[in-house]
Amino acid sequence: MLPTFALLQKVGFADLFVFVVAGATALAGAFGVVLSRNPVHAALSLVVTLFGVAVLFVSEQAQFLAVVQVIVYAGAIVVLFLFVIMLLGVDKEEAIEAEPLKAQRPVAVLLGALLLAELGLLAGLHFGNIADPALQPGINAVDSHQQNVAQLAQVIFTRYLFPFEATSVLLVIAVVGAVVLARRPDAVGRDDQELEEVST
Amino acid sequence: MTTFAAVLAGAVPNQAQTVTSGPYLVLAALLFTVGAVGLLVRRNVLVMFMCVELMLNAVNLSFVTFARQLGDVNGQAAVFFVLVVAAAEVVVGLGIIVAIFRRRQGATADDLHVLSG
Repeated sequence: MLPTFALLQKVGFADLFVFVVAGATALAGAFGVVLSRNPVHAALSLVVTLFGVAVLFVSEQAQFLAVVQVIVYAGAIVVLFLFVIMLLGVDKEEAIEAEPLKAQRPVAVLLGALLLAELGLLAGLHFGNIADPALQPGINAVDSHQQNVAQLAQVIFTRYLFPFEATSVLLVIAVVGAVVLARRPDAVGRDDQELEEVST
Repeated sequence: MTTFAAVLAGAVPNQAQTVTSGPYLVLAALLFTVGAVGLLVRRNVLVMFMCVELMLNAVNLSFVTFARQLGDVNGQAAVFFVLVVAAAEVVVGLGIIVAIFRRRQGATADDLHVLSG
């Protein structure tokens, strides 16, 4: 029996179609990030990947995370990336073939292949310990009687309340850090620069 | 394969109408590997940063996959916190990149040799 045929029989066409299309989109976007010469194109490829992953989130009954993924990642973070690219003026084609370190690229690809093999080995060793949801009816339904958002809110605001509050502190620290970092070095130096600019 | 045959024969009711976790985890591993290789290969700091985001997304995908498989919403809560930390990380990281490369041409990691003293 062909495995693909069995898989088709098992999961139904629509789910498999969604998975294949969204997965291929995400993977193509990932390759676009790595292979594109222009940083702007890389950022746009990142949007493609994030959107594919969001679709996969929906098909895995994580609707809230899918929405947050689109809003926060594809909306805010990638816009921040594009803003910095334009601010630094590095939106040029990059000499992607230039290789200052000899053999960096083959070694990196080799390490990547090793990493993939290691992940596969670990998954093969340990994945069997987790029961296949297809064989246990009902256990793979995350939202059996409650909505996804309600479930997530209940967990975050009870069990993970302290980490949730800690993230607010983290965000404040990040904002303050970004302001300090992006500021001009110091006021005195800036005054001197302005004086020089005025005098010249 | 006996289960497949049983399902085909109609002996076992076809309970799961969704793709099982295996393909999702394979996809997450592929995304993570692509991000890791990109982080090692690319020299533009911004693109390296994007590759880190790619790796975070791959981990998020496997978190959500396991959350579905185990019927446990705690995995999705973990993804929520990863999202928050990733946002903070991007803000600070891009601030550092702007602070370093404001007066410099280009933004490759090789331009940071001044850090070696």
